[in-house]
Amino acid sequence: MLGYISRLFGRQESSRTAKERLRLVLVHDRASVSPELLESLKEELIEVISKYMEIDVAEMEVALDRDDDSVALVANIPVRQVKRNLAQTKH
Amino acid sequence: MAGRAIVVTSGKGGVGKTTTTANVGTGLALAGRKVVLVDADIGLRNLDVVMGLENRIVYDLVEVIEGHCELRKALIRHKQLDNLYLLPTAQTREKDAVTPEQMRDLVAELREEFDYVLIDSPAGIEHGFRNAIAGATEALIVTTPEVTAVRDADRVIGMLEAYDVKDPGLIINRIRPDMVRRGDMLDIDDVIDILRIDLVGIVPDDQDIIVATNRGEPIVLDQRTRAGQAYQNIARRIEGEEVPFRELAESSFVNRLRRLVGIGNKRRKAN
Repeated sequence: MLGYISRLFGRQESSRTAKERLRLVLVHDRASVSPELLESLKEELIEVISKYMEIDVAEMEVALDRDDDSVALVANIPVRQVKRNLAQTKH
Repeated sequence: MAGRAIVVTSGKGGVGKTTTTANVGTGLALAGRKVVLVDADIGLRNLDVVMGLENRIVYDLVEVIEGHCELRKALIRHKQLDNLYLLPTAQTREKDAVTPEQMRDLVAELREEFDYVLIDSPAGIEHGFRNAIAGATEALIVTTPEVTAVRDADRVIGMLEAYDVKDPGLIINRIRPDMVRRGDMLDIDDVIDILRIDLVGIVPDDQDIIVATNRGEPIVLDQRTRAGQAYQNIARRIEGEEVPFRELAESSFVNRLRRLVGIGNKRRKAN
């Protein structure tokens, strides 16, 4: 009954809230449980980006950033130089 | 061939690990398998009480591991089922009284003789947990449809993977269909969607479980109860049978009515 009433007043079902909160919490839990995950992601990013530009690998940062209701993958990748002949290498 | 060693674990305490171990084990024994239940919760002995065998304990797991008694002598046979045994744990010792290596050897020895070795894990992810999973080849994760329990289950699933116990099965305990219906409880699909492991069972929140524990008789022995049927279904699924998930479809009203007129399976006794 309480569920119906609160929906009438525009409140979300508590099970929805639970699921959303769980999802966010687990994004972080899982990432911190396995730093290897972020590490291997970082390595692959370097590989891909290096095809297009020269980056400062030592200064590169990849981390999960958490807001109130979202989690974002934030990458800070200093670029040293962009390859000139990108158009040619592509074709 | 060596038997299957299944650890029952959850991370969070109080979600029903011991009850699950007792009932799934008893269910497998009812199906004719030779089963031993191992209480790995050293210092917090409880599986004996749930099984109604607390008065029969002479030796315990730690004494076996320390070589003070033979494994055979520490095993307690169930009162009704002669293919169901319990290896009780020590009550006055601590988790570090045994090592994961010793547990692995013990479970390996039990697997020689039993079809199923069910290991009741303590809560937590520390030494006691590592002892409990050491000899296991498979795992059952018990959770309730609550944020805290699901979060801890997720952590434990990750740890099991790290320790090479693959593909754990999920048991969702204490589900309340009325609360799910009105949107106030995570439903089965939500939990599976989050944890992404195979569902093995759904156990409804059933007052009869408390009554059964009061009496020291696993509820699976009473097939007139919803929870009893749910546990028997889990045992059948573990045995490889395809059993549809009807646990929630049947209303408690129908069951109450059935019990009133005495339809349904009579309490099964061992032959």
